[in-house]
Amino acid sequence: MALYYDDDQAMLADSASEFMREEGGIAKQLRHWRDRNCKDGFGHALWEQFGEMGFIGILLSEEDGGLGMGQVEANIVLEEIGANLTPSPFLSSSVLAATALKHGSNDTRGRWLPDLVAGKNVYAVAIDEGPKHRPETIACKAEKSGNGFKLTGKKDFVVYGASAEMIVVAARTSGSDSDADGITLFAVPQDASGMSHDSVRLVDSSMASHITFDGVELDADAVIGDVDGGREVLNAMLRAGRVGAAAEGVGVARGAMDMTVDYLKQRKQFGELIGSFQALQHRAAHLYSEVEIARAVVMKAAQLLDAGSEQAELMISVAKAKVAKAAGLAVREGVQMHGGIGMTDEYDVGLYMKRDRALQEFLGDQYYHAGRVAELSGY
Amino acid sequence: MADLDQFREETRSWLEANCPPEMRQPVEDEADVYWGGRNATFKNEAQKAWFEACVAKGYTVPAWPKEYGGAGLSPAEAKVLREEMARIDARSPLHSFGIWMLGPALLHFGTEGQKQRFLNEIARGEIRWCQGYSEPGSGSDLVSLQTYGDDKGDHWVVDGQKIWTSYADEADWIFCLVRTDKTNKYQGITFMLFDMASQGVSTKPIKLISGSSPFCETFFDSVSVPKSYGEDIPAQVGQVNRGWDVAKYLLGHEREMISATGGVDRPTSLGAVTSRQGELDPVLRAEIAQFDVDALAFTAMSEKFLDEIKVGKAHPAQPNMMKYAGTELNKRRNELLMAAGGSRALEWESEETEGGKPARGWLRTKGNSIEGGTSEVMLNVVAKRILELPGA
Repeated sequence: MALYYDDDQAMLADSASEFMREEGGIAKQLRHWRDRNCKDGFGHALWEQFGEMGFIGILLSEEDGGLGMGQVEANIVLEEIGANLTPSPFLSSSVLAATALKHGSNDTRGRWLPDLVAGKNVYAVAIDEGPKHRPETIACKAEKSGNGFKLTGKKDFVVYGASAEMIVVAARTSGSDSDADGITLFAVPQDASGMSHDSVRLVDSSMASHITFDGVELDADAVIGDVDGGREVLNAMLRAGRVGAAAEGVGVARGAMDMTVDYLKQRKQFGELIGSFQALQHRAAHLYSEVEIARAVVMKAAQLLDAGSEQAELMISVAKAKVAKAAGLAVREGVQMHGGIGMTDEYDVGLYMKRDRALQEFLGDQYYHAGRVAELSGY
Repeated sequence: MADLDQFREETRSWLEANCPPEMRQPVEDEADVYWGGRNATFKNEAQKAWFEACVAKGYTVPAWPKEYGGAGLSPAEAKVLREEMARIDARSPLHSFGIWMLGPALLHFGTEGQKQRFLNEIARGEIRWCQGYSEPGSGSDLVSLQTYGDDKGDHWVVDGQKIWTSYADEADWIFCLVRTDKTNKYQGITFMLFDMASQGVSTKPIKLISGSSPFCETFFDSVSVPKSYGEDIPAQVGQVNRGWDVAKYLLGHEREMISATGGVDRPTSLGAVTSRQGELDPVLRAEIAQFDVDALAFTAMSEKFLDEIKVGKAHPAQPNMMKYAGTELNKRRNELLMAAGGSRALEWESEETEGGKPARGWLRTKGNSIEGGTSEVMLNVVAKRILELPGA
């Protein structure tokens, strides 16, 4: 498969780009909700528009009301979300939770998917336990209780958790904390008693919850997939979520780089456009190179994932790590090359730096993924 | 798609039948590489058999038209062939500046007569070419070159000096930038083809810090270059005095080639290689893992770039970015190899290092970001032509 968009993908990219620019732009969404101290951190009306555009169900089968497309297509939407800093539960709901629900029974899918696809519901995922992403260790426990389960433990960095009608929770149903097996995924409804949120605003103005499960009673039908067989589904979620986060990161990098290159062509000092100075030209050209490479590997990883290749796991970690490096460089150079104005809240480039910081941490930072590249390569 | 699958099947069985096991090993040293030419010898029967099978099939230049010695493969088919060759670690049957550089220029600018003669010779590995571009006073500022061709009616008399001419001492012919109009900087250069056996041509190898001498100084002392080699076979490519257009076009191909070969063409993990030599210091292991991230990401970039260039989607200046990124990576790779190798890697002439391969290889890579346009020039081009930043 060639590493560029085919005609259908190019059309999708055009419409996603136009939509996100028009409807999901920084002034209309990110600043709007941030400046009102919105407890959701995103706009529900925009989420419904996502539904009308068909974006929400992009990864879901047509029988489930989706578009039946692949990760490459989901990533097209995510790159535009990144470029416009659009606050959206898309990555959590449409990529991570949707990937989990795809593995659910007819009943589970019938219960949760229609309202998601319509843009009525938002879902979150609860994976991390602690400030760093370590999904190999899961201590949050679900013990058998009557016909169902009783959930006890804590989860962190549950993005948009307080706004979610349902949270996909990875919990341990057998074995010890660091066992690969013995994980089960649960669809925990918002109103489950014994679940409490400490919802916190993050540096990028998104919201994330610390969740405590204090003996939350769940019916047996809350289980997604098989009891004790959740690791495989969790890994599928992580693959999709990580390469999706990488695609959003490419968008962030692109947005910051484009702003910065434009600025180099406008700002005059010493009587000249600062973009004519070689010291800045070389840094901008190096940045371009890094962002191009990051975009290429994200596309490659998404294609491998769609093709079910064994190589996907490795290249997804490469992609997540590479994007972290490239996007990190883009936002740092962005602020520096803008000079004083780059430090102001009024100017947008700083918002890219904040969003990048949050995305870096989401589903594993560059150090985690570089370490995984080493392990998967046998050293 | 079905056709491609069938082509893949056919290619797979053709390779199975024609690529000897010895040709499915990584290239170890220069003798493993076949460059062709009048004085070429094969290292062994396997190398010969593989080369001849490829010539007969058109696979030394798979994407060139059949009438010029190629196999006429579509971009998608050529990619399948590349993938299938990579899958079995098949070596390239013929290394050649004719294939990489002169060929693309002839395909674009050549007359039918030039194509018939020179492309077929290149495809069959009969003539080994070298490139006469740089001069002692004209490196990054190549257009200031001064080797002069004096017009004598039916021939030129060429005087001057070239430098960094790759394998000039082993080449049969040269494609050479020669000033033919001293009053016009850009439109006063002619892209000439002539025989290195001509009277007045001499070469002197340059010894590098690595100890090897892949480059020469090349001297022209009143070399007579005929203006024609037969009907429709002029000695210059493109128009007289318009050789700079050809040179610029070709530099793109040279940068592509360096970015493809100098970079990390195959997804081999540096960590996997170095950790076999012993346990890696944890900080070094981390650095190597970071390198592997960048190197693997670059393999995807290379694949994307090749895909895009085949269908004209790549920015015309993108080869400059590829050359920059690929060569810088290769230098970093060799720095890490030296660090992992420790004192063993310092050995210049031991059996264990096969004559100081790590150290010599490390030093050789320092030239990657100089030859074919320095990294700094690449960044200039990216800044101006892709990012469209202001300034001269």
